[in-house]
Amino acid sequence: MGSGYEASVGMEVHVELATKTKMFCRCPTGFGGEPNTRVCPVCLGHPGTLPVPNREAVEMVVKTALALNCQVPTDSVFHRKNYFYPDLPKGYQVSQYGETNPIGYHGWLEIRPKGREPKRVKIRRVHLEEDTGKLIHTAEGGSGVDYNRAGVPLMEIVTDFPPDITDPEEAKEYLVQLRLLLLYLGVTDGKMEEGSLRCEPNISVRPLGAATYGTKTELKNLNSFKSVQLGIEYEVGRQIQALERGEAVLQETRGWNESTLISYPMRTKETESDYRYFACPDLAPMRFTAETVERVREDLPESPRARFDRYRRDLGLSDYDAGVLTSEIEWAEFFESALGQGVDPKLLCNWLTGDTARMLNESGLAIRDSQLTPSHLADLVRMIESGEINSKVAKEVLEEAFKSGAMPSETVRSQGLAQISDDGFIVEEVARVIAENPGPSEQFRSGKEQVIGFLVGQVMKATQGRANPAKVQEEMRRQLG
Amino acid sequence: MSITLDEVRHVARLARLELDEAELLAFQGELNSLLGRCQELQSIDVGELSPRTHAVALTNVLADDTPTQGLDQSLALRGAAVTRAGLFVVPTIIEE
Repeated sequence: MGSGYEASVGMEVHVELATKTKMFCRCPTGFGGEPNTRVCPVCLGHPGTLPVPNREAVEMVVKTALALNCQVPTDSVFHRKNYFYPDLPKGYQVSQYGETNPIGYHGWLEIRPKGREPKRVKIRRVHLEEDTGKLIHTAEGGSGVDYNRAGVPLMEIVTDFPPDITDPEEAKEYLVQLRLLLLYLGVTDGKMEEGSLRCEPNISVRPLGAATYGTKTELKNLNSFKSVQLGIEYEVGRQIQALERGEAVLQETRGWNESTLISYPMRTKETESDYRYFACPDLAPMRFTAETVERVREDLPESPRARFDRYRRDLGLSDYDAGVLTSEIEWAEFFESALGQGVDPKLLCNWLTGDTARMLNESGLAIRDSQLTPSHLADLVRMIESGEINSKVAKEVLEEAFKSGAMPSETVRSQGLAQISDDGFIVEEVARVIAENPGPSEQFRSGKEQVIGFLVGQVMKATQGRANPAKVQEEMRRQLG
Repeated sequence: MSITLDEVRHVARLARLELDEAELLAFQGELNSLLGRCQELQSIDVGELSPRTHAVALTNVLADDTPTQGLDQSLALRGAAVTRAGLFVVPTIIEE
């Protein structure tokens, strides 16, 4: 901070799970659409209905818990969190309460903020609950309620206290790494702008070296990584100023206004005991045997960190390349899939992070929205590796693939772009160029080495760049020698 | 252990119940007799038993993640007092 204060940040992250159906009924999940069209008596809280948990959602949380190095309890139950608010038709939210009852507890996630030492952020719990409906404020008066989202499986991941995160940069890095891990696990689409991943940090400041933590505020409505960082920065500054003026920081929930970049106080909520948590009698307890947990652990996909290490160690990629290829799920999957077709990793990496990235940048397209597939890149790299095409032709063929979706080997065949390595043909072309350029040829013979470039260039020009330049040069030297 | 009148007011507010003084007093009496009953239960020695949250011996009652047809919009809204544009309408909620 540089101001004689230090900040502490706890992170509460809500993640909508990528299941096909809701948590306790089999209504489909989805985003948008006509209101109240993905609802049934269970998620509308009609009397006499019986909820049944989604097996897939439970497994996704166990997976996440293990990937976050958490303990998974033998027994875990759902609780009712009771409060009246129209976004919940039942009068309670099904959630999980307690220190060691949630599906995951006492874990950690390693973060590596730029230019700093790696740091472990301790995780307090990973639990499963249900999302709420959406309130829509209508101009005609009254609030409209859409229950399409009510009951969607929601995973909550909370960091431990005392907080390990001490500034906005670390908070953002934590969120970036957590989201990436969740995408690798395939448990969410992670879309912050659609609310699939929501972050509510709680923030406090205290004088440097103080033994106790300051009063914390919770920040809501952060819809992007940038908002998370800006919001925390603002809140830290606001609290320091209050303390400097001798005012107390109030324990409250504040909202973040993205256009004014200012936080504002929100409705104060009930205190924890007011929620009157109790085990939900409608939902049977979950039991996780050691075998179940081990089976899930064995099936865990490779983590972003492990993949980064593997790319450096086994594929010989640089830190930079390995970072680019693992830090976005679309790139990671694209590279893995092309690599699986048996091509040279370094060449593939260069063509992917070089020309492919440039074309995507220029067109403003994401790789998944372009016509390029991993097979296009693998096909291209295979031809470069075998010497079938040179890199100049490869560039043209890649651009064609990007524009039309044509398979590179098809373009090479149909347009006759294959590299000419035929010895007889090269011998003839070289002899012709020497005969047509007696001056430069004589200069080379009398020791002017650099003229070879011009002579080779003439052969390349005559063959539209398709001759193998190394072979041409070799033959040129032989004939002039 | 007994419940104060203020505590009755508090839980009534959490339950969104509007009670007059006479009702508050009546509920105080009823809640206190319920608490008395709980105290009786607490005197039972359960030292040999492990705590449990459910009376039934079921675990892992889970369903497959396969969508089924729910209610269509008009049917979903049929029981609502006020609706507009496919939404349930409730008295204005002031969030900020």
